Amino acid sequence: MSNETPKEVALLIKRCPNPQATAYWEEFKVPYYPKMNVVSALMEIQKNPINARGESATPVAWDCNCLEEVCGACTMLINGRVRQACSTLVDMLSQPIRLAPLSKFSLVRDLVVDRQVMFTNLRKVKAWIEIDGTYDMGPGPNISQKVQEQAYELSKCMTCGSCLEVCPNVNSKSKFIGPAAIAQVELMNSHPIGAQQKEARLQALMGEGGIAECGNAQNCVKACPKNIPLTRSIARLNRATTVQGLKNWLNR
Amino acid sequence: MNRKVIVVGGGLAGLMSTIQLAERGQKVDLFSLVPCKRSHSVCAQGGINAAVNTKGEGDSTWEHFDDTIYGGDFLANQPPVKAMIEAAPKIIYLMDRMGVTFNRTPEGFLDVRRLGGAKYSRTVFAGATTGQQLIYALDEQVRRYEDAGLVQRYEEWEFLSLVLDNEGRCRGITVQSLTSLEIEAFAADAVILATGGPGMIFGRSTNSTINTGFAAASAFMQGATYANGEFIQIHPSAIPGRDKLRLMSESIRGEGGRVWVYKDGKPWYFLEEWYPAYGNMVPRDIATRAIFKVCVDLKLGIGGENKVYLDISHLDPHEIDRKLAGVVDIYEKFVGDDPRKVPMQTFPAVHYSMGGLWVDYDQMTNIPGLFAAGECEYQYHGANRLGGNSLVAAIYAGMVAGPKALEYVKGLAKSHSDLPVGLFDEAKAKEEAKKTAIFALQGKENPYRLHQELGNWMLENVTIVRYNDRLRKTDEKIQELMERYQNIGVGSGAAWGNQVVPFTRRLWGMLTLARVITLGALRRDESRGAHYKPDFPERDDENWLKTTKAEYSANDILFSYEPVDISYIKPRKRRYDVAKEVTMQNEQ
Ligand SMILES: Cc1cc2nc3c(=O)[nH]c(=O)nc-3n(C[C@H](O)[C@H](O)[C@H](O)COP(=O)(O)OP(=O)(O)OC[C@H]3O[C@@H](n4cnc5c(N)ncnc54)[C@H](O)[C@@H]3O)c2cc1C
Repeated sequence: MSNETPKEVALLIKRCPNPQATAYWEEFKVPYYPKMNVVSALMEIQKNPINARGESATPVAWDCNCLEEVCGACTMLINGRVRQACSTLVDMLSQPIRLAPLSKFSLVRDLVVDRQVMFTNLRKVKAWIEIDGTYDMGPGPNISQKVQEQAYELSKCMTCGSCLEVCPNVNSKSKFIGPAAIAQVELMNSHPIGAQQKEARLQALMGEGGIAECGNAQNCVKACPKNIPLTRSIARLNRATTVQGLKNWLNR
Repeated sequence: MNRKVIVVGGGLAGLMSTIQLAERGQKVDLFSLVPCKRSHSVCAQGGINAAVNTKGEGDSTWEHFDDTIYGGDFLANQPPVKAMIEAAPKIIYLMDRMGVTFNRTPEGFLDVRRLGGAKYSRTVFAGATTGQQLIYALDEQVRRYEDAGLVQRYEEWEFLSLVLDNEGRCRGITVQSLTSLEIEAFAADAVILATGGPGMIFGRSTNSTINTGFAAASAFMQGATYANGEFIQIHPSAIPGRDKLRLMSESIRGEGGRVWVYKDGKPWYFLEEWYPAYGNMVPRDIATRAIFKVCVDLKLGIGGENKVYLDISHLDPHEIDRKLAGVVDIYEKFVGDDPRKVPMQTFPAVHYSMGGLWVDYDQMTNIPGLFAAGECEYQYHGANRLGGNSLVAAIYAGMVAGPKALEYVKGLAKSHSDLPVGLFDEAKAKEEAKKTAIFALQGKENPYRLHQELGNWMLENVTIVRYNDRLRKTDEKIQELMERYQNIGVGSGAAWGNQVVPFTRRLWGMLTLARVITLGALRRDESRGAHYKPDFPERDDENWLKTTKAEYSANDILFSYEPVDISYIKPRKRRYDVAKEVTMQNEQ
């Protein structure tokens, strides 16, 4: 790239008005500002929905919310890579910047997809701690710094879908729940209260679409924007489910 | 009897309300603009306050209560604040049992740090992403009740309006699917609004993009009273972005960060000099005004801009990683410098609304059957909120609203299922007509640019320093924008997944609330907490120790005032250059 400050940013956006329609690419040019992110570029289009050929375009639909990479909403494919549009700066991208929706989820419109399946998967693996009730029971369990630090890493998962997007085993033919939900099982199982329902979660992971469908491609851990050690969780739970399987067999 | 409660909002307040109801066997329909896990509460960084006293500093709930009332410049009704503060440690223990990954002391107890306006370490935290961890824990509990068949979630559905019966009771809501844009009416016996704050009225703020305040504005336009709207918190430290002003949490100062600018070629730690008793840990309104003075009056901001240094480069990098990684990451990602090595450059930004829907001590608004909880109501922070108190207030309000709504429902003579269907059909038809009208807007104005104009005016005139002439002009401007609104063009996009039409509807709510904020500020001729008028620089308890109540009547906004319940702590002068004890002695 040249050293001159660019005046414009070129964006090539994959458009599709609804799931039945055929997609097409549309180019936009928006003013450049130093340190701008992809979200700001999309906001410029909202304020002036004119495409690169000077024709008025239907405004581009896209999701966002927190704009600081903690909510996961604005995850999309940016120049072919899965990223959050808020934390991706224009300066680091070659142009035209190609924006496309995540491909492993059902499309709503343009860059918006429906990721409810990820929440359903959390339900399948019972990713919650079974407390007796919300009434006052005094202080919770004592937890060491070391255990807290490991748990904290896993608890940062924002269900953005990056790990599912890059996983070859998540596809239209498989029911694989994907890495995110598996890591949440490790999180719940590592909590002193959560550990009491450990077996139920392991059983869930041993069912259809469970951990056995991981093909160990290891793409997930590289794609995770929060650097969650997903493959470590998968390896640990692989061992745990094997032991659980043996127990099940012995207790038949 | 067939009972139903609706909760609108899947942030901390809404999720806790839902859990309380489900735990009592009550069925709940839960609505949220976004999947609950993506609600604005995820943004909270610094932590949540409770006098757990795990550092042997002798903290107590009374100290926390006094700091909160004093920090709020005595505008909050004291009984509900006291109840919240007393519940706070129990809330922390509960969240801990739910699996929130709070930081620990070497012995494994809850670690605490200091935030502004306090002399004690009483902020419990999970790294610098406390809100995210709290909301995930509550979301998981709700998922458990969903699994048990007690909760039905409607995510990516937007609340539009209330359904009121002929006795004026709230009997349900109308909503719109943000996917198909279809409108539905849902019946219920009580409704809890937990829809968060209105930061987007100021264009850019530290808030998430869904924080338009539309839900509260809509309830207001249907008769709900809005209280203390003029009290808007400006946080002293954020980093600029064209899309958002990203917060640099107060916990940075809590962990030892120092604020300074160059004066005569040397670093000048002006907060430490002006407020020796609290130093960098003064409350937000105080720090923000000090920064304004340094940058605007003394012209000492970095490079002549309204920016100051926020410095942690003297701290141990390992400790920074353990306790502040979340915020430091944001700074590195968006600015490109490493705060461990180079002082950060930050400036003040709109952050939080102390005002909101008026509620009684049971969290019920003036509309029977309509409750409100969380940042969308006004109850717990007075004229200025202390850092770390909002998370606890949102959770606590949910703990009150849930059971109180159920109590109310049990006392009803008629169930929602006894009401004529016509009531709901009519409400739905009204919203359908509004939708059609918005689709028909094909003028020249762009709704996003109108929004930007509103934001610029509000930011310029209704934030840190307020003057009556400028407030008056701002109100005129808002009315002009309301006229130009009629000339908006929403484009030709089909309904499916359309985002412009819902945004345009929200914009009307923002314009309406902007007037409530601006006119409330215009009328209040004093300075208190976040509300500061150089022409009326002192707090005036004789005339203004009162809650502002705004009501909507035939497109006009009417104001009335209500005395504040000060039954526990007598108002005293608020100052942070000396220890609190000194201010108490002065009173005697
Ligand atoms: C950057 C940042 C950092 C913060 N850090 C702290 C901190 O460290 N400590 C602290 O105490 N406080 C902090 N706060 C404040 C605190 O995070 C918020 O006040 C609090 O989380 C609000 O919670 P809530 O449940 O009221 O609302 P929210 O979390 O905003 O949730 C609102 C919910 O309502 C839904 N909703 C809104 N409108 C509609 C509608 N029309 N229809 C359907 N659903 C709707 C949304 O989808 C969402 O689920 C911070 C705030 C910001 C901006």
